[in-house]
Amino acid sequence: MRRREALKQFGLAVLAPLAPVAGRLTAQEQGEEPAEQESSAPELYDPFRAGRPRDRITDYENDPFIIGIESRLTCVCGCTLDIYTCRTTDFTCGVSPELHRQIAGMVENGMTAQEVVDAFVAEHGEGVLMAPKKEGFNLLGYFVPGAAVLSVGAMLIWWLTRRREAVAIATDGSVSSNASTDLDGLSNDEQDRLKAEFEKLGL
Amino acid sequence: MTTLGQLALWMALLISAWGTFVGFYGGMTRRQELIDSARRSTYALAGVIIVSSVGLLTAILKHDFNVAYVASYTSRDLPTIYLLSSFYGGQSGSMLFWILVLVIFGALAQLLTSRKYDQLLPFVAGTTSAVALFFIATTLFAANPFERLPFTPADGQGLNPQLQNPGMVVHPPLLYLGYISITIPFAFAVAALMTKKLDTGWLHAIRKWTIVSWLFLSIGITLGMWWAYVELGWGGYWAWDPVENASFLPWLTMTAFLHSVMIQEKRGMLKKWNMVLITLSFFLSIFGTFITRSGIISSVHSFAQSSVGYYFLGGLVFMVVAMGYLLYTRLDMLETDSHLESMASREASFLFNNLLLVGMAFSVLWGTMFPMISELFRGTQVTVGPPFFNQVNIPIGLGLLALTGIGPLIAWRKASLSHLRRQFAFPVIGGAIAAAVAVAVGMGQFYPILTVSLAAFVVVTITHEFIRGMGARHRLHGESYPLALARLVGRNRRRYGGYVVHLGIVIYFVAFVGSAYKVDREASLTPGEQVQVESPFGHTYTFTHIGVSQYDELNRLVSAASVEISKDGEPAGIMKSEKRQHFTCAAPVRPCPRDMRQKSFEPSTEAGIRSELLEDIYIVYAGSVEGTEEAVYRFTLHPMVWWLWFGGFVLVAGGVITLWPGTTVRAVAQGDTQGGYAAQLLESEHA
Repeated sequence: MRRREALKQFGLAVLAPLAPVAGRLTAQEQGEEPAEQESSAPELYDPFRAGRPRDRITDYENDPFIIGIESRLTCVCGCTLDIYTCRTTDFTCGVSPELHRQIAGMVENGMTAQEVVDAFVAEHGEGVLMAPKKEGFNLLGYFVPGAAVLSVGAMLIWWLTRRREAVAIATDGSVSSNASTDLDGLSNDEQDRLKAEFEKLGL
Repeated sequence: MTTLGQLALWMALLISAWGTFVGFYGGMTRRQELIDSARRSTYALAGVIIVSSVGLLTAILKHDFNVAYVASYTSRDLPTIYLLSSFYGGQSGSMLFWILVLVIFGALAQLLTSRKYDQLLPFVAGTTSAVALFFIATTLFAANPFERLPFTPADGQGLNPQLQNPGMVVHPPLLYLGYISITIPFAFAVAALMTKKLDTGWLHAIRKWTIVSWLFLSIGITLGMWWAYVELGWGGYWAWDPVENASFLPWLTMTAFLHSVMIQEKRGMLKKWNMVLITLSFFLSIFGTFITRSGIISSVHSFAQSSVGYYFLGGLVFMVVAMGYLLYTRLDMLETDSHLESMASREASFLFNNLLLVGMAFSVLWGTMFPMISELFRGTQVTVGPPFFNQVNIPIGLGLLALTGIGPLIAWRKASLSHLRRQFAFPVIGGAIAAAVAVAVGMGQFYPILTVSLAAFVVVTITHEFIRGMGARHRLHGESYPLALARLVGRNRRRYGGYVVHLGIVIYFVAFVGSAYKVDREASLTPGEQVQVESPFGHTYTFTHIGVSQYDELNRLVSAASVEISKDGEPAGIMKSEKRQHFTCAAPVRPCPRDMRQKSFEPSTEAGIRSELLEDIYIVYAGSVEGTEEAVYRFTLHPMVWWLWFGGFVLVAGGVITLWPGTTVRAVAQGDTQGGYAAQLLESEHA
């Protein structure tokens, strides 16, 4: 219900720029003066300075469902941003508002988020996704870094353990005792080592 | 003056070629006159490049629009501060700036390095001259800033509005300082390999350089985030953009080096690895430039692209081959002096810290290059955006955060179980309490809760370290706690400065958590109309549109939309956001007559930002409806952003403590032990 009401507002917003033209045509047909359908706000001194004219905001622009979809798709204007970020950041871009309308229309027609995304991929190619699909060759993209870290980590542990055993054997198995008759948190061998270092340094 | 600048650049080419030759040849033959010549050539190089830079700056300040670079990146109405920053605002100017910093660092390395490293210095001069030669040749043949136009335009095209920001005055130079200063540690690494003096001597010689480099990179990256936040208008500061990634890569490997170098200094381990890390850092700094310049990967930060990138690629390949050969022939001299005794040791924790840092660097590099890899192997270009990077890097980042707390708790060589139990008790309790509080206040998401918990774990660890050190001094010397703290830090600046840096990193992580709870709301408002937005901290903000005013400024036409704010019903002031249409003037007359103004660049947006301790209010005026004062806004409430900048200050403070010159405990000065242990031992001996 809320969505239907939002669509109504959205449709009005989309049609708003055409309204003066339509109104003018109708008025001319009826032989009347054109009736401007304008904002109630005062006119700007120089609209040129304020950038590209904007449509009124409807609930569609703030709909988390639509924003969620837009965040998964890149704007095809070449800006590298997702559609939502582009349309709310790069106000010179005419592409992202159009893509937004397209998505809103698809949602209104009852398409699920995944169906909208799939439709965009079919139209613009896989590059339209903000992150590649987790399938086929792309799996390399997702799993190579993690696999590299884990395998190097495992190798590191294996190598270090082997080294440690080798050191223990070389020193006749006398891996230092862990007995902690400590002084302020130090084991005996830590204290001995530190004392030796300080003696060496004359402290 | 530009002719002189051009001439100086050609002279620099010859001097750098000479410096490269005498540096390496003199170093190998030990002929004193060649060694002296190599050193002097670094000073001469600095001199001529300064002359060349002054030449370009003069052309910029005098509006010599016959110079293509000046016409492309400046205009008569550009404020002086941005005229100065336009020196590095474009491709060829930034190349000259890079060379300038490089040769100054090269000369300083010769001037400031102790004479006990005399054997290394000719090779250091040779390496810095070789790198300078590469940059100078690339500049002269592919991106000459002194190139002239066949005509002289009345005005220049002006600087990109996004670069007309105070952050962009300092961010690029600081990032460049970070990138470029890595050349000096790299040059010492080459020198150590050439002379086969592979003990810890070269590491001591570069200690300050590495910290300086890392610090500049950190500041540069943080300022880059600040610039993106205030200038790009999307209410965020990090988007895993290729250029951001390129700056992050050498930072990660330098951070790994700063940790692993301690293992080599203390235990004589990881010699090969340290060589690889410093080389990798240098290559990645060049690679960052390659990505920025080549345009092979598109980015919102790429303001200057040309074929220069391919010169960089060629240079990179040559350097990889040369350094690879040098390393390969010295492998047997880089054998470790000792071995790891236990997995429960600080060395092991540093090793895993290195694994994660380099792993993250790899994953960032992999993600950045994956679109190209995919196109190469599948013929399909994919986009790798924030969702990918967050998924791969957040777990690694949290692993690193955990190790930041774990490292200081474990003793060198080997820690006993009871020691570990005692050391970990408070931090683990602190982390658990923080997690419980985070759940109780309804944070609700796994990663943010884990981050807060790990952050608390690290903070308790660091606090515990300070309290323990202060307590030892208080008991041993009867010093008051503030004095004990000052002396504790003063006598082991590297260790405690490092802890402060860690604290800064923790604050960054906490700030990153805030981004997960960012709230955005768009609204179109007529004057007097209002909209309410709920903040993640439960406050209700009411934004009432006041109106849009339009006025002229020096080089732009401004439309400023103002909003009155109330927080939970209480007035909270007025904020404004601007649309700016920059212009250049068709006639050399000031002020520029209205009919002579020519639109330059697309209209840009200046966000209105109010930073508070817990959340930022970020307002963007997106434009007007039907040319009226009915304004379209985006309101963003972004938690914890203030802490990001504060974390930057803490990090810099820690770096400065680490770098601060002065006498210290003799043992520390000799680089053989650490002050915390010194305090403990002194305590035990005096007891």
